[in-house]
Amino acid sequence: MSRRISPVIPGFGLTLGYTLVYLSLIVLIPLAVMFIHASQLSAIQFWNVVTAPRVLAALKLSFGTAFCAAIINGIIGTLLAWVLVRYTFPGRKIIDAMIDLPFALPTAVAGIALTALYTPTGFIGQFAADMGIKIAYTPFGITLALTFVTMPFVVRTVQPVLADIPREVEEAAACLGAKPLQVFRHILVPALLPAWLTGFALAFARGVGEYGSVIFIAGNMPMKTEILPLLIMVKLDQYDYTGATAIGVMMLLVSFVLLLLINLLQRRIETPN
Amino acid sequence: MSGSSLIAASSANAARRGSAVSRRILIGLGWLVFTFFLLLPLVVVIGQGLSNGLGGFFAAILEPDALSALKLTVFAVLISVPLNVVFGVAAAWCVSKYSFRGKAILVTLIDLPFSVSPVIAGLIYVLMFGARGVFGPWLQDHDIQIVFALPGIVLATIFVTVPFVARELIPLMQEQGTQEEEAARLLGANGWQMFWHVTVPNIKWGLIYGVVLCTARAMGEFGAVSVVSGHIRGVTNTLPLHVEILYNEYNHVAAFAVASLLLILALFILLLKQWSEARISRLRKNAAEE
Amino acid sequence: MSIRRYALAALASAVFAGSAVAKDFTLLNVSYDPTRELYQDYNAEFINFWKKSHPGDTVKINQSHGGSGKQGRSVIDGSPADVVTLALAGDIDEIAKLGKTIPENWQTKLPDASTPYTSTIVFLVRKGNPKGIHDWADLIKDGVSVITPNPKTSGGARWNFLAAYGYGLKAGNGDEAKAKEYIGKLFKHVPVLDTGARGSTITFVNNGQGDVLLAWENEAFLALKEDGGADKFDIVVPSLSILAEPPVAVVEKNAEKHGTTEIATEYLKHLYSKEGQEIAAKNFYRPRDKEVAAKYEKQFPKLNLLTIDKDFGGWKSAQPKFFDDGGVFDQIYIPQ
Repeated sequence: MSRRISPVIPGFGLTLGYTLVYLSLIVLIPLAVMFIHASQLSAIQFWNVVTAPRVLAALKLSFGTAFCAAIINGIIGTLLAWVLVRYTFPGRKIIDAMIDLPFALPTAVAGIALTALYTPTGFIGQFAADMGIKIAYTPFGITLALTFVTMPFVVRTVQPVLADIPREVEEAAACLGAKPLQVFRHILVPALLPAWLTGFALAFARGVGEYGSVIFIAGNMPMKTEILPLLIMVKLDQYDYTGATAIGVMMLLVSFVLLLLINLLQRRIETPN
Repeated sequence: MSGSSLIAASSANAARRGSAVSRRILIGLGWLVFTFFLLLPLVVVIGQGLSNGLGGFFAAILEPDALSALKLTVFAVLISVPLNVVFGVAAAWCVSKYSFRGKAILVTLIDLPFSVSPVIAGLIYVLMFGARGVFGPWLQDHDIQIVFALPGIVLATIFVTVPFVARELIPLMQEQGTQEEEAARLLGANGWQMFWHVTVPNIKWGLIYGVVLCTARAMGEFGAVSVVSGHIRGVTNTLPLHVEILYNEYNHVAAFAVASLLLILALFILLLKQWSEARISRLRKNAAEE
Repeated sequence: MSIRRYALAALASAVFAGSAVAKDFTLLNVSYDPTRELYQDYNAEFINFWKKSHPGDTVKINQSHGGSGKQGRSVIDGSPADVVTLALAGDIDEIAKLGKTIPENWQTKLPDASTPYTSTIVFLVRKGNPKGIHDWADLIKDGVSVITPNPKTSGGARWNFLAAYGYGLKAGNGDEAKAKEYIGKLFKHVPVLDTGARGSTITFVNNGQGDVLLAWENEAFLALKEDGGADKFDIVVPSLSILAEPPVAVVEKNAEKHGTTEIATEYLKHLYSKEGQEIAAKNFYRPRDKEVAAKYEKQFPKLNLLTIDKDFGGWKSAQPKFFDDGGVFDQIYIPQ
């Protein structure tokens, strides 16, 4: 480990050491125990557990719905961030304060409330049902729940960056004859992309693992609406700890690689050369 | 000369006019999205909680089991948040003030708890401290109960909220750079003096923002705590778990009333956050003007 | 030496004297989902009963409820339960096997295979029975939607599943392939599998999903009793169902450690008393006691009941055959 910036500032050893110790105690060692537990399985057994048809179906569902939810959040999150940063309008402060509420609302409560809204007899669900669309107990319902729970991520990562882009740059571009789309493509996108990616990645990673809000609205049908965390619960309830940890390990590895890739991609974008 | 400036002015005007329309559309869309995705579920929660009037609402939140759940939740928050604040400052310090190999991995590791399923977050502590876990036999010999008791709940809460303060501080401290600290050192301040008199004032508001988010999330955590709690009514039930219990006892109004209490608490601390945010932007503006 | 012996004797007598002195007891009863109301009533009764013979004692009974498997797992992993009252013997067997806090022969410690009350599986339908559901065969008619929890996570759902399978077997004259075909068709009519029995009841009752709920008898009665339930739902008793036997046991290792062995044992024994049986009957569990059963005869419809031991070879063979990975339940969903 070599430090290059500002050798004048003290505390590198102390802070890095503390960070590593704390992370190890709270996060890494417990997670390692899960790996050790899963390693009771041989490689072939492990492979058989994580490639069982039900697990694969749940894998597709969990990553698919989390991806969709992250994309939806990528769009509406950017929209909300834009509106909150660029305009003043009645109610702006209220929206701004409430964006973080999904973090604070117990996920089970979110699940119950969303289910009440979107079942075919619910407040919104009945209109959808009239149009022949089923929301609750389908992957659509899962996506909706995940969108709600992960809503703050994109807004909160894009918002500060957007606030830092001087408006004059856009206005200057507009004056120089750039069309709004061009301004968007050549000025806003490059500036916002790293933050947007972070928000997207966090929302996605959180969505994959989400449990409490999803089980109420998911329907939990094997092969169709059964999410990965539920499968872990199912395995546990069958007293199959190694099976549960095997799925846990797989989820963790995939999420870690995704987060790492996005962190690297971001650095690529931030330091182009 | 005057012609070209005229053209520029008129095109800027057109852009502004166009932007007035798009501004309305965008604000409208923002409200729509906000109402549809965020407000409606919250209205359902509070509406149901108040459906038996204020009397029913207060009866539900002042019931002894609800109060003991509230106490437990507050206790878990009071332990986990300060620990994560110290961690967050230390982590942000080493990530933002130095550059070293493996930094990307460290940052990813700090983010990792976001991406760990709450189910797993609970499970790992059971695998460590449960009766059949790694430390299980030793703990039993010494009569120490960690999972299905308070320490387990605190641990699970810490785990899910590890990244919040660090996440908030890292970009802020990166942006601020190291010049002020270096100046303080050159003027003869020792490490702690530099930290307390230069760094802390600089990151104060960002820190509050992180603390607020961390607190909100710690209060609301359900999945991980659910795995390690044991669901003993009046003993190891946090507020979110109490909501689930009430809901499962056909006591919907009480369930939503307690959930509303959580929402109101959250809203309160989020308003605190907004106040701190307003302070940050004002400070920034002042700094820019200077 | 003699002094030491004397001191020892004094200590011993102090300990014995202590047993007559007032004590504080806290019991933890780890139970499954639908027994909340039952044990709320029973705990009050038991505390009164205990105080009659131990007037100075203070007794506090803590409750924990959840899916049966989940609750069993928490005891295995170290939840400090003094007694467990779960949905099926299989879950207590697992505690005995994996947790080793309960002796393997736990089922012989109390009468009736440690099952103080029983229940069965019935249908709850919407008022007036608009879809005309009278028996298992009606569940697989077109347009009927059935609510049942997930047998993988809910004890009640396993009883549902076995009752349905038993019907399929009978309808098919004992042909297992026919039974599997029936159960396969049945689960095609299930739009949502909640993780617990209570979750399914709420899906059916509050969220208005489905035409029929397969439920514990006590759970169905409770749904009728809840505000306005009797105006919205009817109970339909099928021609054939299963005797659901939710057992109880003292978690001996934990009770020893907490010094609660005596009171925990008494807590479970008192379930078999007239008072305990009355409370069970009032909470819609079928009492074992003949007199109490006679008194509440009208409340519980008579029907043919299969039993887990006679018809399915006990949980030790039913669990792996039907519910473990690759079992009959999985075969419904996973194309072979």
